Amino acid sequence: MTPTELAVVPEASRAARRTSFDPADFPVPTGREEEWRFTPMEPLAPLFADQVDGHDVVVDVMAAPGVEVSQVGHDDPRVGAGGAPGDRAAAVAWVSADEATVIAVRGTVPDVTTVTLRGHGRAPSAAHLLVWAEPGASGTVVLDHTGTAVLTETVEIVAEQGSDLTVVSLQTWRDDTVHAANHRLRLADDASVKHVVVTLGGALVRIAPDVQFTGPGGAVTALGLSYGHAGQHLEHRLFVDHAVPRCRSQVTYKGALQGDGAHSVWVGDVLIRAAAEGTDTYEQNRNLLLTEGARADSVPNLEIETGLIEGAGHASATGRFDDEQLFYLRSRGIDETEARRLVVRGFFAELLAQVGVAEVTDRIMAHVDAELARLATQPGAVS
Amino acid sequence: MSTLEICDLHVSVDTREGTKQILRGVDLTVASGQTHAIMGPNGSGKSTLAYSVAGHPKFHVTGGSVTMDGEDVLAMSVDERARAGLFLAMQYPVEVPGVSVSNFLRTAKTAVDGKAPPLRAWVKDMKATMAELRMDPAFAERSVNEGFSGGEKKRHEILQMELLRPRFAILDETDSGLDVDALRIVSEGINRARETNNAGVLLITHYTRILRYVRPDFVHVFVAGRIAEEGGPELADQLEDEGYDRFEQVA
Ligand SMILES: Nc1ncnc2c1ncn2[C@@H]1O[C@H](COP(=O)(O)OP(=O)(O)OP(=O)(O)O)[C@@H](O)[C@H]1O
Ligand SMILES: [Mg+2]
Repeated sequence: MTPTELAVVPEASRAARRTSFDPADFPVPTGREEEWRFTPMEPLAPLFADQVDGHDVVVDVMAAPGVEVSQVGHDDPRVGAGGAPGDRAAAVAWVSADEATVIAVRGTVPDVTTVTLRGHGRAPSAAHLLVWAEPGASGTVVLDHTGTAVLTETVEIVAEQGSDLTVVSLQTWRDDTVHAANHRLRLADDASVKHVVVTLGGALVRIAPDVQFTGPGGAVTALGLSYGHAGQHLEHRLFVDHAVPRCRSQVTYKGALQGDGAHSVWVGDVLIRAAAEGTDTYEQNRNLLLTEGARADSVPNLEIETGLIEGAGHASATGRFDDEQLFYLRSRGIDETEARRLVVRGFFAELLAQVGVAEVTDRIMAHVDAELARLATQPGAVS
Repeated sequence: MSTLEICDLHVSVDTREGTKQILRGVDLTVASGQTHAIMGPNGSGKSTLAYSVAGHPKFHVTGGSVTMDGEDVLAMSVDERARAGLFLAMQYPVEVPGVSVSNFLRTAKTAVDGKAPPLRAWVKDMKATMAELRMDPAFAERSVNEGFSGGEKKRHEILQMELLRPRFAILDETDSGLDVDALRIVSEGINRARETNNAGVLLITHYTRILRYVRPDFVHVFVAGRIAEEGGPELADQLEDEGYDRFEQVA
């Protein structure tokens, strides 16, 4: 395809969406743009400034043996390897963070590396992390976001040839936090990445993972789990760009919502370009609404420019809590709270098994139980 | 020795067109160890009776009473009824994705008994009962009813009944959709519950076939939301020969 042909790709195609390292290339969004239309704009406004200069988020790394951590400037050749920012908040994150924390994984690393991003206040701040898996390396990195913050964040995830990387981004913020993040994944030949996003806390969290493949044989498993309550807006926007042959992407996001005004957004854009023969992709999003007043928007979007693929599919479903399930369990003596717990745990069970990182799944289950306990004491539950 | 007493029960359901009366004065008393068969045409309200006794929120009791040894069943929540010793084997058991049969059964047993069963004895009991019902042990790790065949769901209902040991079990068309072998296996399960726990059984069925394995003490003909006639086992055979015409004309 020549550049002129590219230029006529319809506006709606994900391929036409701008990326840039310069915030000036993105006008300040109004909320009417396709990629912002579900998002409450006001809380995000501080992150659309030309630059943010707060230092209210402290990054702390507990590195497993075999993992090397360094602070580097934009002159480090690895910085930017994940590609260019996909929206204004991401470009602001890029220019605002002078240094990136590089987490380099070498060889086989069995232990988990934990990066804690602790927010201490609401001064608009930026963070930049780069997780790098060297050729053939394997390891697991957990990014743990806690405390109170107004943060725009860059997470670059670069998996070199034949590497096998798991990255979990856990959002357990306090309820006053605003967090925009752009995760930019780049997978070389035969690299595998399990990318997990778990969003439980925060007033407004918007995470946009962009996935690119630079060589054949790459495989990404993108898993997402969210649990929102009244007043929370939890948004996840994925873009998987299949531009080279024989790569695989499996996207599974599941969310539960309870309480008035609880809102989740999931957008899954998958683009299979003409050159990406042999692509195998499947994306799905499931939402469980536990009460009235909660809303889930779910938009899968699959663009296919070649017929020579292994498979491509998507599914999306949003359901209310099933009263018949509740009745069935209760008719066996199980009380209402316990019955709800079984159903909600059941809803997440398969996904949790896929996440597979015990320290993360234990925390998720504890959070789910706490949310359900809170639901039991609140009016408005559907029963 | 316990008694489940249903007195002049009236039940309605909310529909888009308004309130619809389904049960119109049901009287029925079941004592421990007794087996009552309920037969009647489609739509006559048999499942409604079963659900109402179990406490399904869809059905509104507009009159009458249900008591167990004098205790007001209708004042109890769904799970309280089960803990008090009521069990409903459903006509259409519900799928609960992500909840394994073994987890479900153990949670239910713990709830009904008020304490967790001793692990070893429990696992042994579960395995033995599954074997008696010819259920593959692999079912223990499958999600509750998910992808089960019709007959497998019915065996799973009986498995629950046997393990939870209710005082009274209402079996809503548990025999429908069972092959000949399964019918015998399931019937044996019901008979075990009768013998070992002296359970009172309310057996809703369309067929006399199951009544050859599970002998009823009484047969009730259910028509248009109430019991139209009662008799012994011979009434079932008569119904099979003659159908419900005679009663429906009266109703
Ligand atoms: N939600 C509802 N809206 C309208 N009608 C209802 C509703 N629920 C039940 N009914 C009606 O109540 C009547 C009794 O239903 P029920 O399921 O109790 O019958 P049944 O005797 O068990 O029938 P079957 O032998 O077919 O199982 C039926 O006419 C049914 O259509
Ligand atoms: Mg019925």
